[in-house]
Order: sequence, then C-alpha cells, then structure tokens
Amino acid sequence: MSEMPEVVTITTVVDETPTVKTFVFDKLFAFRPGQFCMVWIPGVDEIPMAFSAANSITVMKVGDATQALFSLKAGDKLGIRGPFGNGFFPSGKVLAVAGGIGVTPLFTLAASGEVDTFILGARTKEELVFAEDLEKVSDLKIATDDGTYGFHGFVTGIIDQIDITSYDTICVCGPEMMMKGVLDRLVAKGIENRGQFSMHRYMKCAVGVCGSCCMDDHGLRVCKDGPVFTGDLIKSGEFAHHHRGPSGRKE
Amino acid sequence: MIQIKLPEEEIAGVPLKNHMLLAAGILGTTGASLKRMLALGAGGVVTKSIGPNPIPGHHGPALIPVDCGLINAMGLPNPSKDFVEEISPLKGEPVVVSIFGGTPAEFGEVASWFSNAAAFELNLSCPHAEGYGAAIGVDPRIVQECTEIVKTYNKPVWVKLTPNVTDIKMIGKAAEKGGADALVAINTVKAMRISTELCRPVLGNVFGGLSGKAVFPIAVRSVYDLYEAVGIPIIGCGGITTADNVVEMMMAGASAVEIGSAIYDSVNVFSEIAADLYAEDGIPAEEIVGCAHV
Repeated sequence: MSEMPEVVTITTVVDETPTVKTFVFDKLFAFRPGQFCMVWIPGVDEIPMAFSAANSITVMKVGDATQALFSLKAGDKLGIRGPFGNGFFPSGKVLAVAGGIGVTPLFTLAASGEVDTFILGARTKEELVFAEDLEKVSDLKIATDDGTYGFHGFVTGIIDQIDITSYDTICVCGPEMMMKGVLDRLVAKGIENRGQFSMHRYMKCAVGVCGSCCMDDHGLRVCKDGPVFTGDLIKSGEFAHHHRGPSGRKE
Repeated sequence: MIQIKLPEEEIAGVPLKNHMLLAAGILGTTGASLKRMLALGAGGVVTKSIGPNPIPGHHGPALIPVDCGLINAMGLPNPSKDFVEEISPLKGEPVVVSIFGGTPAEFGEVASWFSNAAAFELNLSCPHAEGYGAAIGVDPRIVQECTEIVKTYNKPVWVKLTPNVTDIKMIGKAAEKGGADALVAINTVKAMRISTELCRPVLGNVFGGLSGKAVFPIAVRSVYDLYEAVGIPIIGCGGITTADNVVEMMMAGASAVEIGSAIYDSVNVFSEIAADLYAEDGIPAEEIVGCAHV
C-alpha cells in the first residue's frame, strides 16, 4: 500500500487575516473533522496541518516552512499525505472551544453540523478566523484578548459564564495554555473525560512509527493515537508542561 | 508451524522477556514510548540512536510508506546526552542503547554516559547520515575499533550491520574480532523514490533506507551468510511481520529478532506474534537456530 504524497495544484489563496491564509487545491481528501495531513512544500520541508475543507488547508505563518508556503500562489504545487489520525468523536450536545488558528479543525466539525455552541477566541478582532461562517452553523460566542470584539478576555472567561456540565462533549483546539485552562475547568467538575483535546507536537513520519510526537506519561503517539485525546489521558504528564523539539530534547 | 519456548537464559548478554526486541529508530525517542512497547509485549527494546551532539534530523518528507515497506531518511535526530535522563526510569529493564559517532572516540564518549544500559548496539549502518552509520560501517578496521572502545565499558556490545556492502561477512568478522557479543543484521537498504509529477526526489534528503516486508529476504540471506562466518550470536532484523518470519530468521541463524516497520500496521505486533510463536510444549529456540544450513 503505497502512500506517496498526492501532488495537488493550488487554485486559490484566500487572505483570512494578516497572518492566516487558506490554500485551496484541485483535489478532494475524504477526512473526518480533526484529522490532519502532512503538507510537503517541495524543496523546503513537510509539516502537519489541519484540513479546513476537503480541498483546503488554513495556515498561520509561524516558522520557516509556513513562511515558504505563504510565498506560493495559484498554479504552484504541493504534496499532501493523509488524512491521518483519529479526528474528533463527539456525541450528544457539543461545545467547541477554539483559540487562534486552532479554529480550523473545529470549524470543519461545526460545518458538518456537529457543534451546538462555539466559543471562538483570538488575540484581536482582525485575527478572528471563520467567524462569519461559524455564526451560520452554531451558537457563536467570541472572545478577544484586547476586547476589540465580543468578550474582553480569554475563552475561559466565557466558559465561566455558562454551565459547562450541560454539554456531553467539549471539543478543544488552540494554544496549549488555553487548552489547559479548559481542562482545569473540566477537571474541577469531574468531567474531563467529556473533553476532546486536539494536540500539536513536532512530527516527522505522521504514521505512528518514528516516535517524534510521543507524549509523556503514556507514550501515546499524537499522529496515530491522536491527535485528539480525552482529558483524562492528558491531565497528567507533559500537557502544558513540556514538549520535545526536532532532536527529541525537551523544550 | 513450529512453536518455541520462551527464553530461559540471557541472549547475547541481555535477559530478554521473549525473542523479539523493538528495533532502533522505532518509537524509541522517549522513555515513555519505550516503556509502552515493553508493556505491549516487546521482549526488549532498542533505543533511538544517540550521538555525541543533539541533531534535529533531515527536512521532510522524512518517511514515505511504499509498497511492502517504508523508506525513511530521518537523519539520526537525537537529544544526545539528555537521553540519559529520558530512560533513567527504565533502569533494570532490557533496554539496549543504540549509539553512533563519527569516530571510535565518539562512540566511546557516548557509551560512557549510559551506565544503566543493558547493552549497547552500535549503529554502524544508517545509510542516510553523512559521516555516520554506514559511512564508516563499511570499513572493517573502523568497525573493529569502535567495537573495541565500547567494549571497555564492560557491557554486551551488539554491532548493527549495513546490507549495503559487497560482503557483509567481512564486516561481521571485524566486529567479532573487536569483541562484539552479537551482530544485528540488517539496517535499512539504501533506496529512494521520485515524484513523477514534481520531477524531484520525495525525501528531503533525496535518498534514505528501505525497511519492511520488502527487505525480509535480504535480511534472511544476510543472517544466513553471517552464521557461516562468525561464532557469536546474530540478531535478525528486517521485515519481520509474523511468527513464521521469526522461525525462518532463527533457522537462518538468528538467536533473537528485532521488529520495527511492522509497528506501522499494528502497535500490538509483539503480542500478536507471541500468541502464534510460543507454546508451553514448544521446542527450545536453540534447537532451530541455524538448522537450515545445508
């Protein structure tokens, strides 16, 4: 079973915010919300990325590889491996909590009609991604760190105003300290097993073999056993404490 | 099918829980993942190869699944000395520390850090790291010197060999002469793939090493050759996915085996194979080791 990268041609590049772009390509990938792909930028590197639709990825510029990706335009080619990982597996009444570019996999979950309430957070108003579309498919609540739109503060501030125990599944993706804030609130209510957290770790193989993305204390592979883990699996160990870089050194 | 008994004595100086170890480079970067593999039925584990300095590894793509195998060019990413702390919770477990260096002195330096290792496996065979692995493992004199210097740390020394040589027996004999307690055969077979649509090599490093089912016959042949050439135990490695493959490796001359790429299909491969391989009324493995030699 060969899984060579599928070469796609970029058809459209959408500027979502000053630091976020969506790259639409000419092939469809059958993914479940929360699954990811490996994006090969020829001559540069290969990086894990969430699908924002069956034919697109939405990327924030954070390093050398994403910077190289940002220089690509319609007509340029990429390699895509995947989809990989487990994806979200919600049931019952669903709350989604997203921070920054972590909105992408949860946006696809909401777009498939699986989210009741959506809490979206960003640093500032102009960094909000997918807000207009999310408004149409969920009960959307917005928080901005600087108060330029919606609730002035973090997404956890909105969580503190609602009855989180009324939700059967709480799907979360965003910066790890933000996810820690959500997990702490679930643990306080004794419902951490209702939380589904999409983890991000440095990856090389993406198929569960190399071990680059393994997390303490259980040795679970983010690429294969995850990237979505229930709160009870991550509440002890390295979550919001440390992670490993390309060499395997703790950072 | 022939079934065997669990080992009752050490194999190549290591008290293995069964005849199957996790191969180097597979889920071996963290203490937690190595512990998990022991819990999932590995008889012993070999760590990610550790070198004298931290290395981030090659740019991606670093691993590509292909028909009947995997091609990788990780580029020996490793945390170097930080790995001592990483595996310290595993003290007393059958953890073989894989080490590499560019010179015999560097092999000695890395070996000096790991006082808790059950044994050392010398990576003289990685095919995609300039100045390391197979780049020096094709030279019998260097292989002997590296073995000799690590042997001074009074632990079993296993030497992992590259199949990318004209005569693997010559390299195996050099390791034996240097005092090796066992040979491990084989590391990956140098390989590459090209994206025809992009008209360029897929791997970030251009070429890498092929593992998995595709190399099993090469591994069996290498073990068979070495068994005729040396008097020390051989650990068979390369494309093992079934209990029958383990038996075949043993018949070629392997005292134990290492399993890596089969993890791609199932993280439970060790317990799955063990269920077929072992029986209380099975025969001692020693009775079939090398029995195919005619």
